[in-house]
Amino acid sequence: MEIAVISGKGGTGKSSISAAFATLSEKVVLADCDVDAANMYILFNPTHEEEQVYIGSQKAVIYYSLCTNCGLCVDYCRFNAISFINNKVEISEISCDGCKLCSRICPTKAITMVDSDKSRMYSGTFRNGKMVYGRLAPGEENSGKLVNIIRDKAKKVSKENNLNTIIIDGPPGIGCPVISTITGVNHVVIITEPTISGLHDLKRTIEITSKFNLKTWVIINKYDLNVEKAYQIEKYCSSINIKVAAKIPFDAKVVEAMVHCKSIIELNPSSEISHLIKNAYTLITNG
Amino acid sequence: MIKSAKIKIAIASGKGGTGKTLISTNLFYVLQQQNINATLVDCDAEEPNDLMFFNGEKRKSFEVTQKVPVIDDNKCTFCGKCYDYCNYNAIFILPPAKIIKVIEDLCHGCGACTVVCKFNAISEKDVSLGTVTRFLITEHTSIIEARMKIGVFSPVFVIKAAIKEAGNDGIIILDSPPGTSCPFIHTVVRADYVILITEPTPFGLSDLKQSVETLKTMNKTYGVIINRAGLGDNTVYEYLNQENIPLLMEIPFDKTIASHYSKGELLSEFQPELKAQFISMFNLIVEKYGNSSN
Ligand code: SF4
Ligand code: SF4
Ligand code: SF4
Ligand code: SF4
Repeated sequence: MEIAVISGKGGTGKSSISAAFATLSEKVVLADCDVDAANMYILFNPTHEEEQVYIGSQKAVIYYSLCTNCGLCVDYCRFNAISFINNKVEISEISCDGCKLCSRICPTKAITMVDSDKSRMYSGTFRNGKMVYGRLAPGEENSGKLVNIIRDKAKKVSKENNLNTIIIDGPPGIGCPVISTITGVNHVVIITEPTISGLHDLKRTIEITSKFNLKTWVIINKYDLNVEKAYQIEKYCSSINIKVAAKIPFDAKVVEAMVHCKSIIELNPSSEISHLIKNAYTLITNG
Repeated sequence: MIKSAKIKIAIASGKGGTGKTLISTNLFYVLQQQNINATLVDCDAEEPNDLMFFNGEKRKSFEVTQKVPVIDDNKCTFCGKCYDYCNYNAIFILPPAKIIKVIEDLCHGCGACTVVCKFNAISEKDVSLGTVTRFLITEHTSIIEARMKIGVFSPVFVIKAAIKEAGNDGIIILDSPPGTSCPFIHTVVRADYVILITEPTPFGLSDLKQSVETLKTMNKTYGVIINRAGLGDNTVYEYLNQENIPLLMEIPFDKTIASHYSKGELLSEFQPELKAQFISMFNLIVEKYGNSSN
């Protein structure tokens, strides 16, 4: 069973709740798919058993010894990545999208494509099972491809080790990486906060999950910061038949747990929040 | 001095939810109160929220588009050249069955297929990636919002168009997308100064380090605001000290701040001491890094 934890916007406490789910009792596979801000490894300090290079994209590079400065590549590049700087063609690494067109049309074959190979996928063991996570190198396009590779690996690890549950800590937002994270999972849990944008962000996220016909749950985190907005969120969820699996109050203990590199379940198993998270998890996994 | 300044300041953080919106909107509000010519560009195109804190009047709105190929089955000889040239696997071809299709979601609009087709079978159409909208807030201030369509491969084009729309005059605040991937880079590359927002926790520190490393390779100048100070531990402070990174401001954790924010209220409206701090921080940044040419 795959359970994906996502949120429309970052900072809703998604990681803390994923971490709590991952430490409830049974051993699990934890997949950190928030590749742009991978955080789970900080809490769980997993062993590195495997490391895999992920090639996210390519960049064009000019060999000036071959270049005649004809300017053809400048005209063809649709990403405005090539321009004349001091009468010499130059490619901006930031703007290059890696389409390879310049390299194909250059009459003197002066342009080659170089792999961006700084992103990684790791897998290993942590205190409550196995863990797979990725780290996207700065400046890479977060296309969801790395997310797919992590999920495939997590499934393989789950089979090999007989661990039936995969908890996925997903990326924030509504882009391609989120879609890669949730496609085909058994449950999606959306973490939301009762802020001015909370309901709006939640609606956009539900738009995606309903497109894929996924079993969706909502957890309202820090609901007591604005009880009225929390109520609006609840009302909205019930109007479209989505279950609110938990309403969790604000508690500084959650941050304290993080500082101690623990989940709230590990730091304070008998706290109210731990109970609420446990109940939510039981509800989701039986639902 | 600050009134005649020309500067682009990016507000960024390694992950979402550290208070980037809170700080961008409050900085903007403080400038607005001082009658300074200012523009806030909401570059967080996946979930733009800045506008929720203000009442704006819509002035201008346009779609940001990209080209996508359209293949004419009657002219196509199924030679497969376009498939070879596409570096994004956006063309699906089955010559024996005479099937050819463009997978629009994967297409980046690079034009390579059109260039290579010798049979004139490919034309192009525009598809929308999102919108850029300008709202007038007061006489001297406006908000420009970049809003990406759901599922588009990258928000970068919409972000770039929004920043371009802001022009070069006055103080321009860029509320950056979270993270350090492509959208972040394309935003901060245009900034004269970057303010990084972080929390004093292990997650905050790890994200901050990654942002700092990235800004270093880009040769940007930057400082840090610690939000929710008081929660968490000391490691972020130690890191700033050790790396000689200026700590611009601290915003204490306070449940009432969080609750005001949740209602869409602006902090600086009821916390005069924060307002004063924002202003002096601004003066400092403008004095040192203003009037550059990005
Ligand atoms: S097309 Fe080739 S030869 Fe011409 S300017 Fe570009 S790199 Fe140089
Ligand atoms: S690979 Fe494509 S995007 Fe990069 S410089 Fe060449 S033509 Fe431009
Ligand atoms: S290159 Fe032109 S003719 Fe050849 S398969 Fe593509 S569209 Fe058809
Ligand atoms: S425009 Fe570029 S990305 Fe799109 S189908 Fe053609 S070759 Fe592929």
